[in-house]
Amino acid sequence: MNTATIKELLYKVADDLLIIGHRHSEWTGLGPILEEDISFSSMAQDKIGQSQALFQLLYKLGEPEADTNAFTRNANQFCNAQFVELPNDEYDFSTVRHFLYDHADQLRFEMLAHSSYEPLAKLARKVKGELKYHVFHANTWMVKLSQGTEESRARMQSALNASWNYALGLFEESKFEKELIAAKVFEGEVALKSKWLSAIIPFIEKAGLKLPPEKEWNPVNGGRKNFHTEHLELLVKEMGEVFRVEPHSQW
Amino acid sequence: MIKSLDPRITRAEIELTNTIAPLEENDQWETYEVFHQKKRGDQHMHVGIVHAAHPEMALLFAKEQYGRRGQSVNIWVVKTRDVYTTDYEDSDIFDTVPEKMFREAGGYKVMEKINRYKKEHKI
Repeated sequence: MNTATIKELLYKVADDLLIIGHRHSEWTGLGPILEEDISFSSMAQDKIGQSQALFQLLYKLGEPEADTNAFTRNANQFCNAQFVELPNDEYDFSTVRHFLYDHADQLRFEMLAHSSYEPLAKLARKVKGELKYHVFHANTWMVKLSQGTEESRARMQSALNASWNYALGLFEESKFEKELIAAKVFEGEVALKSKWLSAIIPFIEKAGLKLPPEKEWNPVNGGRKNFHTEHLELLVKEMGEVFRVEPHSQW
Repeated sequence: MIKSLDPRITRAEIELTNTIAPLEENDQWETYEVFHQKKRGDQHMHVGIVHAAHPEMALLFAKEQYGRRGQSVNIWVVKTRDVYTTDYEDSDIFDTVPEKMFREAGGYKVMEKINRYKKEHKI
């Protein structure tokens, strides 16, 4: 297994976590109620912490230091899925994205916990509890908001429709897919997507929502290959602003 | 009105209404009392309250407000309105007449017996 293959895998997972972590953190101080504000912000910190751990693995493989890597790249050097860079919009969209993304994230780390690449497997086992909470949180809100009022149900359904094809883009395959599977580093995006569908469908049904018809499924790919929406550029600029002003400052 | 699937309830003409009414603006969800347990086997201790729409959400919030520093192994939440309490005005019910020596451990002359036993058996 050459390091380029491992690095590509680490980068996409790290970038997803960093970008969604940043998006989640934008809700800090604006959450619907105090307790939820704290919970959501805390999960944002978890995500950023998880990405930091992955950037540290990358550093050991010869990539730049975690902060430099996170805060000085340009948008067209990121390989997160486009789904995670979309603006927060309202709490309906943020909740649906949190639900769809976190199920995928949890399952991905469950698979990675058995990776033949031991540093990654070790990390995956370490974050198990955090991810379990994130999914518990997502399931609760997804079902609750969908079963609230007529308006809340309609908003959740329309957020799900708007998210769906972007969410499918989380499973965009790597050019190293076969090698990763053969070397038992990662079971692959196809396997992950199928586990993900089995995991989320019961909750979507419980929530009383409907998935878009399968013939309309059309993954928004490109993120893994550095193609992004205009939103990422603004996000990256803001996220790295302080670091870029004073890269050597101590925190 | 929700129509029950249970024919007995339908016959009894009990009105089943949705108990979760949407909140008015600036209204708050009800509160839950939070108890956390530091170690398995320890007593749960009261640590505070959270606002939540239902018990599951109360657990979610309780975990973040009171359990995120990694010092809990278990959490209970109880609706505040399900907690029955004595009145502070009645706190004199805890007073007790001090002369009831028979209620105090010291009222039994056990120590003397113990000491005598110890002496006899050279313990």
